[in-house]
Amino acid sequence: MHLEYTIIEGDFVNAGSASSSIKKTLKQLSVNPSIVKRVVVALYEAEVNAIAHAYGGKVTADIDAGKILLRVIDKGPGIPDIDWAMQEGNSTASPEVRDMGFGAGMGLPNIKKNVDRLNVQSTVGVGTTVEMEVNLA
Amino acid sequence: MKLSEIAKLLNARVVCGQERLNEEQDIVFASDLMSEVLTLDDNFPIIVTGLCTMQTIRTCEMGNLDIVVFVRKKKPTPEMIELAEDNNMVLLECDYSMFKACGILWEAGLKSIY
Repeated sequence: MHLEYTIIEGDFVNAGSASSSIKKTLKQLSVNPSIVKRVVVALYEAEVNAIAHAYGGKVTADIDAGKILLRVIDKGPGIPDIDWAMQEGNSTASPEVRDMGFGAGMGLPNIKKNVDRLNVQSTVGVGTTVEMEVNLA
Repeated sequence: MKLSEIAKLLNARVVCGQERLNEEQDIVFASDLMSEVLTLDDNFPIIVTGLCTMQTIRTCEMGNLDIVVFVRKKKPTPEMIELAEDNNMVLLECDYSMFKACGILWEAGLKSIY
């Protein structure tokens, strides 16, 4: 099963709509609830990151019997230092993002905690792809 | 403790989820930081928060927290209530500060998540 969702820059009202849709799909597929939670928490963190930091992009999900592969692909500006961004507490979030209860530098470490495989590729001026895989069985 | 008793203790208005007020719940988490809420393990607690945005409801949806107490006189918008209803959540509005609301719940015997 392949699913795709569009991410619009700064569209905080709809932040989480892709995660919400995928949560419903995984529940319909009778995936273990604790695995569903790990998937949607990781995806929601990545969605919020893309809306907060990037110039829009998309979310794709590929689900088969054994795993879900999620990609959050944005159009930039890119992350200059991924190792720095992965450390808890480091953040470049705007005051607006912080006012919404995010921007504490906890997102990427929390994604890492919840997925089985994480790959973050970023090119400054081009964009970032966050690839997350979770075993469903 | 029944949710109806919790609402009474906090002098809270029930915004949605009236039909669930007979449910029992004993664990409470309080935070305005949604990033922190997303790190919680799956214990289905009540969340007490002064952060009243669409992302509060979304975060609770993702984190499997389905009972939200808004403190500091915060009022959810119609869009937030609609999303909460879609997810079968209970929303309560309370005029007390976070400290007072948590103090009342602690004194009544409710437990912390950690």
